[in-house]
Amino acid sequence: MSKLLTRRGVLRTGAVAGAGVALPTIFTAGSASAFVNEPSGSTVTLGFNVPQTGPYADEGADELRAYELAVEHLNGEGDGGMLNTFSSDSLDGTGIMGKKVEYVTGDTQTKSDAARASAKSMIEKDGAIMITGGSSSGVAVAVQGLCQEAGVIFMAGLTHSNDTTGKDKKANGFRHFFNAYMSAAALAPVLKAQYGTDRKAYHLTADYTWGWTQEESIAAATEAMGWETVNKVRTPLAATDFSSYITPILQTDADVLILNHYGGNMVNSLTNAVQFGLRDRMVNGKQFEIVVPLYSRLMARGAGENVKGILGSTNWHWSLQDEGSKAFVKSFGTKYGFPPSQAAHTCYVQTLLYADAVARGGSFNPCSVVEALEGYEFDGLGNGPTLYRAADHQCFKDVLVVRGKENPQSEFDLLEVVEVTPRAQVEYAPDHPMFAGGNLGECNPGA
Amino acid sequence: MDAIILQILNGLDKGSAYALIALGLTLIFGTLGVVNFAHGALFMIGAFCAVTLQRLFTISYETIDETKTDFLGNPAKVQTPYVESWFGPDVGQAVIDWSVPLAILFAIPIMALVGFAMERGLIKHFYRRPHADQILVTFGLAIVLQELIKHYYGANPIQTPAPDAFRGSFDFGVLLGFDPNHIIYPYWRMIYFAFAAIIVGAVFAFLRFTTFGMVVRAGMADRETVGLLGINIDKRFTIMFALAAVVAGLAGVMYAPINSPNYHMGMDFLVLSFVVVVVGGMGSLPGAVLAGFVLGILESFASMNEIKQIIPGIDQIIIYLVAIIILLTRPRGLMGRRGVMEE
Amino acid sequence: MLGLDRKDTILLLVVALMALLAPVLLNPFPVNSPLAQFNAGYPDLMQRFAIFGIFAIGFNILFGLTGYLSFGHAAFLGVGSYSAVWMFKLLGYNVIPAIILSIIVAGLFALLIGWISLRRSGIYFSILTLAFAEMSFRLAYSVLTPLTNGETGLQVYTDDPQILLGDGPHVPHLFGMMMRSSTTIHAGPWEFTLPVGYYVCAVLLLASFYLAIRIFRSPFGMMLRAIKSNQTRMNYTGLSPRPYTLAAFVISGMYAGLAGGLMASMDPLAGAERMQWTASGEVVLMTILGGAGTLIGPILGAGFIKYCENIFSKINEGVLHGWFGGLPDGVENALIWVAEHFVGSGWHLTLGLLFMLVVTFLPGGLVEGGQRIGRFAFRRRDRKASDAESDAAKQRNPAE
Repeated sequence: MSKLLTRRGVLRTGAVAGAGVALPTIFTAGSASAFVNEPSGSTVTLGFNVPQTGPYADEGADELRAYELAVEHLNGEGDGGMLNTFSSDSLDGTGIMGKKVEYVTGDTQTKSDAARASAKSMIEKDGAIMITGGSSSGVAVAVQGLCQEAGVIFMAGLTHSNDTTGKDKKANGFRHFFNAYMSAAALAPVLKAQYGTDRKAYHLTADYTWGWTQEESIAAATEAMGWETVNKVRTPLAATDFSSYITPILQTDADVLILNHYGGNMVNSLTNAVQFGLRDRMVNGKQFEIVVPLYSRLMARGAGENVKGILGSTNWHWSLQDEGSKAFVKSFGTKYGFPPSQAAHTCYVQTLLYADAVARGGSFNPCSVVEALEGYEFDGLGNGPTLYRAADHQCFKDVLVVRGKENPQSEFDLLEVVEVTPRAQVEYAPDHPMFAGGNLGECNPGA
Repeated sequence: MDAIILQILNGLDKGSAYALIALGLTLIFGTLGVVNFAHGALFMIGAFCAVTLQRLFTISYETIDETKTDFLGNPAKVQTPYVESWFGPDVGQAVIDWSVPLAILFAIPIMALVGFAMERGLIKHFYRRPHADQILVTFGLAIVLQELIKHYYGANPIQTPAPDAFRGSFDFGVLLGFDPNHIIYPYWRMIYFAFAAIIVGAVFAFLRFTTFGMVVRAGMADRETVGLLGINIDKRFTIMFALAAVVAGLAGVMYAPINSPNYHMGMDFLVLSFVVVVVGGMGSLPGAVLAGFVLGILESFASMNEIKQIIPGIDQIIIYLVAIIILLTRPRGLMGRRGVMEE
Repeated sequence: MLGLDRKDTILLLVVALMALLAPVLLNPFPVNSPLAQFNAGYPDLMQRFAIFGIFAIGFNILFGLTGYLSFGHAAFLGVGSYSAVWMFKLLGYNVIPAIILSIIVAGLFALLIGWISLRRSGIYFSILTLAFAEMSFRLAYSVLTPLTNGETGLQVYTDDPQILLGDGPHVPHLFGMMMRSSTTIHAGPWEFTLPVGYYVCAVLLLASFYLAIRIFRSPFGMMLRAIKSNQTRMNYTGLSPRPYTLAAFVISGMYAGLAGGLMASMDPLAGAERMQWTASGEVVLMTILGGAGTLIGPILGAGFIKYCENIFSKINEGVLHGWFGGLPDGVENALIWVAEHFVGSGWHLTLGLLFMLVVTFLPGGLVEGGQRIGRFAFRRRDRKASDAESDAAKQRNPAE
């Protein structure tokens, strides 16, 4: 230890001499505040870390719009959006605990390295007290781990893998978005009602962690209701042409194709599947069906007509008619001229939930925030009554089963809600095998 | 058996795209001696020519329809494309429907212009520079082009469907005596293959049977001597560059209905097409085309379950693995010449 | 000094001084000024400067001296990172074993790939290295997930064995000095952060730089240059170039491994994207942009690219409004419209344009640029460097 002190002493003297300033105030990080990046002035800085380059850039741009809107509402500008419908009334449009909300942005590039570098610069350079955003599970898990180590709160953006609140869960990280297990639990009854119990499913799965967890979840849920899984085929993430994965389906007696793909992969695999006539195919007297368990409306546009009639699930959709959703769509639509995506919704809500937890706990200290969010029941944010479960920091709420609309009224009107699966149906035990192996650990306030 | 026939068809289809891009790359490399990392971007721009034409055809005027509401509850604005109001709904719809094939005509002058501008504005200053500098500057250009596209068209894929008439698929199996619905293939993919074959044939014929092509081939073999004979080889090389850009662009236009174009599709194809060119042998046009089809077919076979079960993950790496094996057994690729790009 | 001639000694001292004072030099703007956006003196970015500096120095030993253009060097950085994280998982958080193992593993991997790839030269060599690296990336992302943790990235879990952990800190450390800890100095409106992790990287950067100078000036270095200028002639003299190029390849692979190990030590998570071809391309760009074949060029190139990536990408519309807020509305909007293309989500465009400009107008890279604008006080290091290295920068073109 003495070695460390001497070394620091040397560095300090050297650098002071270098700066050439008389009598600077010197202190080591952490000795002055109770937690890392404690806001000292009249403002508080949040870090919005979203993909701005790479394939998910449009989704990232939509997230950023939602964050800007949330900051406006927190600071008392605009029409207040969901603040008016939120069940908690601790937020009054004066920022967070009287401090004006400011923000910094960064580019995750949808790469875990770049996302961590960007988050670090927000924490180290800009003094961000909370990091949020992202459009993939790899990034969410990586940034969540970083925030745990650094001692700031991470409010996950769009991340659907079971691992985020499963084996990679962290005390400082929270997820509002739903997960693959919930998608499966919500979809299965609808699939049963629509397509019957005697079906043979063929999976095409993006060959990485998220794809696997979704494949596992969907296969388990559909097998439980009597479907047979004919095959599970992994496709490379870099694949753009899926023809060579789709033609083998023609040689099987499978009558349902499940596409565990997201983003560009989903657009291409779905387009290719339709090109090969799978939607007109009859197998043993049954109509062949395609299922896309995780829908993204933004991406679905790229698939155009091909999404018509195809079932999937989504966290939220702008056509919902509850007061919270209507308020959010109204303020977002008025500001930007088009309805928000599910990614925008989850990011907006996460920002509000964080601000609310700070206000209720009375401190920016991450441990206080964690305490305020754990086991928190709230309503009015667009998904009905919702619980932030203490055991794994996962939100539990209703899940939407949607279908590609046959007669869209506008370019945004691509999906219609088939069923709102109630929360009770998608709940699971925290130690469910698909989520086992992780450990929340202790909340870390940094310093 | 039917599975194998289908994978060969898939492979020919993938191979068509690889071959067309690799052909252009080789033309540029062979004639100008330039390693063009922006070639993928040319392919991408071609695809966006189709997107742009579709957008041009659907430029619309707005009318307020009081009976409908938009997502905010206000009266909905209904968009009517001008072409529909000019030519009537039927003809207008047909024009929009056929925007991808029509984009071929639209893309040829645009791609030629892009190619011409690139060669005169940038590439010609790099003829005598090291290959590493050429790579760097064209890579920079590729980034600039794709970022501009991203800025104006967004990052998400954009749907550009083929005309309705070509949207179905064709039952091959019945012709060959299989059960119906076993070997079917989409019309548009067959058109793509035929189109690629025609373009490749046309380029070869052009080089083989025209005086212009003869001069260019002579220039490829020995640029200085041709120059000494008093032939203005530079002008011809500019035209060759524009031609290569048109080939890449047309490959992109026709590819748009197969997979919805996005701004990074050029980068996705760039590395693969370089592997194709090198496996074919630097500077060899037949080599590039052959390697394109060979790698496309092998890639398709590698994605079959029966093979993936024996070697997990083989479909992820097959192209690179084949490239390594070919380069180790045939030092200059399939049909490369000695001394080209070996320093 | 240290077996270097006077010019090289000065160069080394200048780099050492720069490295020592980087936390101050990179934070020229007071914390609350609008220009603080351009400060780069925060731990993560300074560490990245040093780490990518090491990576590029190593790459330059291969490319700058022998002319062999490897497009797969990111693979060595990747395996270095994975080895380091595995050491954290199995042994404990001390960085010494992690860094040592990452150098060794990367060296062995480079030996294997180099031994195969160096059978070919020119672009055939480039494509072979590219193929190996891209295969490593794709497998690490998918089927090798048990070893690499795939998409999520390899990280340390609390239930990992960590047999030597004892009661030491639960973050990477060097005999108790945590990489993450830092000292902050407040000097008037300025604020300077002196991070432990950065100084560990900086010491290793200096060591790598010193070693690179020695290699450049050694008979071995001469031999490598001979390979670049004329391999055939070398063959006629009865010398086989392959052992020399293979040695250079392995050395530069070990540099990459060191960089990878350091990356994991600063931030114990290793993602597969580190091995993608774009990452390999990045180090090529760094080297050429800085000035291939020069000693200091690669470090400058690495700093340049990482600065763009981390600083430009964070400038958003709000920041732009802050800058141009004082101007009349019309002018403000016009300026913001133009600027938006280049910052925030448009930072790639800036990078692409800068590549084109530098390559077109400064064939010798930033070293040549530094030489041309050597008068500026803050650019003095470039001029000093280029005095010693202008030859190398100029020699490059005819050599290829």
